[in-house]
Formats: sequence, structure tokens, C-alpha cells
Amino acid sequence: MSDGSEILLSIRDLRVEFATEQGVVRAVDGVSFDVHAGETVGLVGESGCGKTVTGLSILRLVPCPPGRIAAGQIEFRGQDLLQLDTRQMRDIRGSRISMIFQEPMTALNPVFTIGNQMVDVLRDHEKMTRRQARTAAIEMLDKVGIPDPAVRIDEYPHQLSGGMRQRVMIAMALSCGPELLIADEPTTALDVTTQAQVLDQIVSLQEEFQMAVILITHDLGVVAEVCSRAIVMYCGSVVENGSIEPLFEQPRHPYTAGLLNSIPRIRDDRLGKLPVIEGMVPDLLQLPAGCRFADRCGRASGVCIESRPQLNDGAGGQTAVACFNPIDVQQ
Amino acid sequence: MNIAAESKRTRDSNSLLQVEQLKKYFPVRAGLLRRVVNQVRAVDGVSLQIASGKTIGLVGESGCGKSTLGRAILQLQKPTAGNVFLAGKEITGMSHAELKESRRDMQIIFQDPYASLSPRRTVAQIIREPLDVHRIGSPSERRRRVSELLEVVGLRPQILNRYPHEFSGGQRQRIGIARALAPKPKFIVADEPVSALDVSVQSQVLNLIAELKRDLGIAFLFISHDLAVIQHVSDTVAVMYLGRLVEEASAEDIYRFPKHPYTEALLSAIPVPDPKRKSSRIILGGDVPSPAHPPSGCPFHPRCPAAMDRCSDVPPPRTDQGGPGRPHYVSCHLYNGIES
Repeated sequence: MSDGSEILLSIRDLRVEFATEQGVVRAVDGVSFDVHAGETVGLVGESGCGKTVTGLSILRLVPCPPGRIAAGQIEFRGQDLLQLDTRQMRDIRGSRISMIFQEPMTALNPVFTIGNQMVDVLRDHEKMTRRQARTAAIEMLDKVGIPDPAVRIDEYPHQLSGGMRQRVMIAMALSCGPELLIADEPTTALDVTTQAQVLDQIVSLQEEFQMAVILITHDLGVVAEVCSRAIVMYCGSVVENGSIEPLFEQPRHPYTAGLLNSIPRIRDDRLGKLPVIEGMVPDLLQLPAGCRFADRCGRASGVCIESRPQLNDGAGGQTAVACFNPIDVQQ
Repeated sequence: MNIAAESKRTRDSNSLLQVEQLKKYFPVRAGLLRRVVNQVRAVDGVSLQIASGKTIGLVGESGCGKSTLGRAILQLQKPTAGNVFLAGKEITGMSHAELKESRRDMQIIFQDPYASLSPRRTVAQIIREPLDVHRIGSPSERRRRVSELLEVVGLRPQILNRYPHEFSGGQRQRIGIARALAPKPKFIVADEPVSALDVSVQSQVLNLIAELKRDLGIAFLFISHDLAVIQHVSDTVAVMYLGRLVEEASAEDIYRFPKHPYTEALLSAIPVPDPKRKSSRIILGGDVPSPAHPPSGCPFHPRCPAAMDRCSDVPPPRTDQGGPGRPHYVSCHLYNGIES
């Protein structure tokens, strides 16, 4: 794992609320985890589990209103990001912490060339002339594998394919050499063959730039390919956190196990029936008092209905898990 | 003459659905006079057959023409050329009234469960619409059929008078499936029916489709970009690239012995949830070319790791590389001239 390396980001007890017509919804409810310098962490879960909101909270990009970071700390190199003023936060965004999004077309400005947009980012954060910034931008486009970067730099986003646009987003996000990259479903909108290219690119750049990456995704396959650790979220909280080998081989939380089982995978012997997790995610407006997975869980007992399990420490090479009846390896 | 005309309109064979050299081109217009300057060859000469109760999985990347193929088969988009026969009757070139009659037998399940259900209609109205359109049964029989369908797709009867916005994506997809089943079709095109759903719900819906196929004997054209999903539901798998089928074989053979370099790359690019498999992935260069300007020769040659000289000149013919009784069609020069 990343033992020994310093902690880059530390999230403690994060709570994010959204005001809706039906009442206040807690999209993120008591999330805590650390990210070490240089590591790649997967933040996984199904839609609505709070993974994107957690990512947005780190950069304080949760739309407000209706959203609100209600409680918690997000310490980046010992400094609580939630205490910074708007200007200080601007200096960090795009420079020390960057983010890329699922749909690159909506994240790029359609009326400016990609060169224009990249130069703006660079000059906002670094002392550079326009010409220097342009040279740096071309270099960066080359690094992310864009053919003819000196020509492509003067094109508009609509002239590029989906995979190319995502590469431009990555180039832009990395142009100031951030210490942390938050990648929110960066390959979900791409085809499998393009996805493979982009994932490869992220991995090699991560090694080159020595940055930490938080990869937000619903795809456990992607996590297994590129991450060293995974944090599984369900219904606004972390249910399991650990290195990917134990997490994928001996998942301890019944939700993680169910999720892994229900992924259709290519196999030699075709199963008659895919294993499923029965039922569905509870309504965030009517959350149960106890464990939020209890009504879909085959291992639930009385205590699961009554109280909410906390994430334990996960000693001895095991994953940390928030469950009263975790699946134990010895059994 | 009469006999000739008749024979042109029918086919007798064991296949429920026969598609022959189907093409769908979209014109590209430009200039003041909106003259046609180019064609987007979305579907460029596809032939396939589906037997009753069998499922063909159609796989390919976005823009390869797989959805257009599904819609052209159903005549939701009028094909540019080619023939489609359903239960022996040619449906290409049918009059509007004839086509409407045939639509009882062929239905579609859409990808987006949010966009494909009218927000102003109740679940009961949505599901019985095909029955109303085709005037199937009396009002009380229609009501009974709707309740029956709800049970088939695993929804509670209490929801009949509720509206789509009250349901989750998985439940909406079940409603869409119930609607498609309503007129008792023989053939259903399922266009990416689970790709908008989360994995835990996705497997529930996949199991439902597998059940329907087994219990009701419906033939499916199952369109997906996901080879793993396709494997779970298909008897035969067809791989599409830039408007053409590049490989077609039984589900067992295509996963165990993929032949076309594109199929191999697709299979190896799938991220596998197993950290021990640090991959032997084949990473293709470049992007899928635009179907408005398809490459010469084999459409895959600019990205193909095994491309040879003639691949850029001559389109590869379709050859059968399977054993006796197990056809395995490939369109690739690597296999050209080799008899199975």
C-alpha cells in the first residue's frame, strides 16, 4: 500500500447537504478517508452514492445553493480547504488540485480554441508570456498523445473526437503540475478501445508527474486496472476501504461482494443467471436508522436495523469495513 | 409474372428474421441549394438471420451503425437498399397499412428509460398503448393483459396508476419491456437496454430478458457496446465496425476463438475487475473513422495491428472459418483464401 508516504489529502467526517423541494437530502454523510502523495485511489459506487459530490467538495465546487458543505474537514497538506477564502481557493484549483469530468464537451468552452483555453489556465497560475504558455501547451498536448499538437492547438473543441477532447482536458488539468488530480468518470463517455488508450495515458502521466489521483468511477474493472486502493461508497457513506488485492479477492462488506458478483464478465462457462443484489438503493429522503444496506443484505441481523456501523481500522492487511457482520476470511 | 412477383416478396426458411444486404445511407447536404455532397454509410451491406427464440448480440463502438441497423430492420428508418423478411414476408417496401399490421410482431426496447416513457401517461396507459393501437382484445381483456405483463416483468400491480417519474431507472426499463411484450411479438430489438443502469440493477434486468427469451420464445436482436453483457444473453454474436459486420459466430466460439483483429482488441480492452490480471491488452491507435469518409479497402486497416498492403486496397470478403455445422464468418484478409 502507501504506508510510509505522506498524507496529501485527509477528509474527515464530510457532510454535504442539498435542499430539495421534498426536504434536505444528505448526499454525503460522514465520509472520511486519506489520500497519500503519489497514489491512485478509486472512489467507486453506483449512481447517487455521493462519489461525485465528494470529489466536487474537495475543490469546493458543489453548486451552492442548493448544495452546502454542512460539516467536516478537508485537509490538503495540513491546510483545511474549507477554511480558505475564495481567492486562496482559486489559486489551488487547476494549479495544485485539478479535476477532469465525464463529458469533455461540456467542460471545454466551444467558442475558444483549445490553445486559447490552455494558455489562460497556464497564465492564470504561472508567470508566463503568451508565447511561453503556448509552447508549454503544445508540449503538454504532445505528452497526452495528441498527434500534430502544433496544429491541433488552434482547433476548436468540436473539431476533436471524444477521446481527443478528453486528452485535451487531461493536458489542461496537468499543465500546472498538480499534486492531486480528481478524475470524475473520465472514460465513461468513451468507447472501450478509446477508454483503454485514455486510462493508459492517465497511468503513465501519473507516474511521470508523481501526482496522486482520485479516480471516481462506477466501473470496478477500471479500478482494478489502474488503482492501488479503492474506496467503496454506498448511499452517502464509505462502506469499505482498502488495497485492491484484498478488496477484490476477499471483499468483506456484503455490498462490495455483491457488486463484484453482479458484474457480467466474460467467462468460459456461461452462467444461467447473473447473481444480483436484490432490491434497490433506499430513498435519500427516507434513510433507515441503521445500516443503509441492511434491507438488501443477506447477512443483516438485529443490530444492523438499529444502529449505523462505523468504518473500522482494517488492521492486518485487511480492508477497513463499515459492517457489523463482515464476511470473514477464516470462515 | 405473378409467381415471380410473389417469390420476390417471400422467403421460406427456418429463420424468423432474414436481413439481406441491408444498407442505410444518410445524405450529407451542403451549400445554398442543400445539394447532397456526400453519404454517411451508417449501415453498409449487412446480412444476418435470426431463428425463433434465438438472440443475436450485436456489438460495436459508438457510431458503428448498430442502432441504425436495428431501426432499419424494424423500418423505423427506411433502408436505402436491401431486404428484410419477417416470418417469410418481406417488410421492406410494405405499404404503411401492411407495415402497421407487421409491427405487432416486432417491437423495440430503448436504451434510455427516462426518454422513452411519456411522463404524462400512467404505467397502465403506457403498457396498453400497443394493444390500443393494434386493437387487440376488448377493454377488459386489455386490462387483464396489462396486469399479467406487470407480473411477467416483476412489478407490483399497485403501480398501475402511477407515473414514470415515480420509478427508478431499472423499474422504468421493466415498464418499457412490458410495453414491448404487450402485443406478443415474435421479434424484439433491444437497443442497449441496460447501459443506462447501474451494475446491481443491470444484472436484474439482464436476468429478466434471459427469462423472457426462454419462456416466451421471442427472438432478440440485442444491441450493446459491452461484450460481457452480450455474452450473457446471446446465442450468436455479430461484431460491427463502421457499418459492416466484421465477424459473426456462436457466442462460445467468438469469445474463445476470436478471429478478427478488431474483435480481439475489443475483448482485450475490457477492464476486468481482477487486480491480478495486469493486462496483456491490445491498445488500438487512433479513433473510429467517420462513416462519411470510410477508409479504402478494409475499414479497420488504419487501426489494425495486423494490417498488410492489400488491406488498404481491397475490401476483405466474408469467409466461413468455422467447422462443420458451426459457421464462423470473418471479413479479414488474414483469413482470405484459407478454407476452413
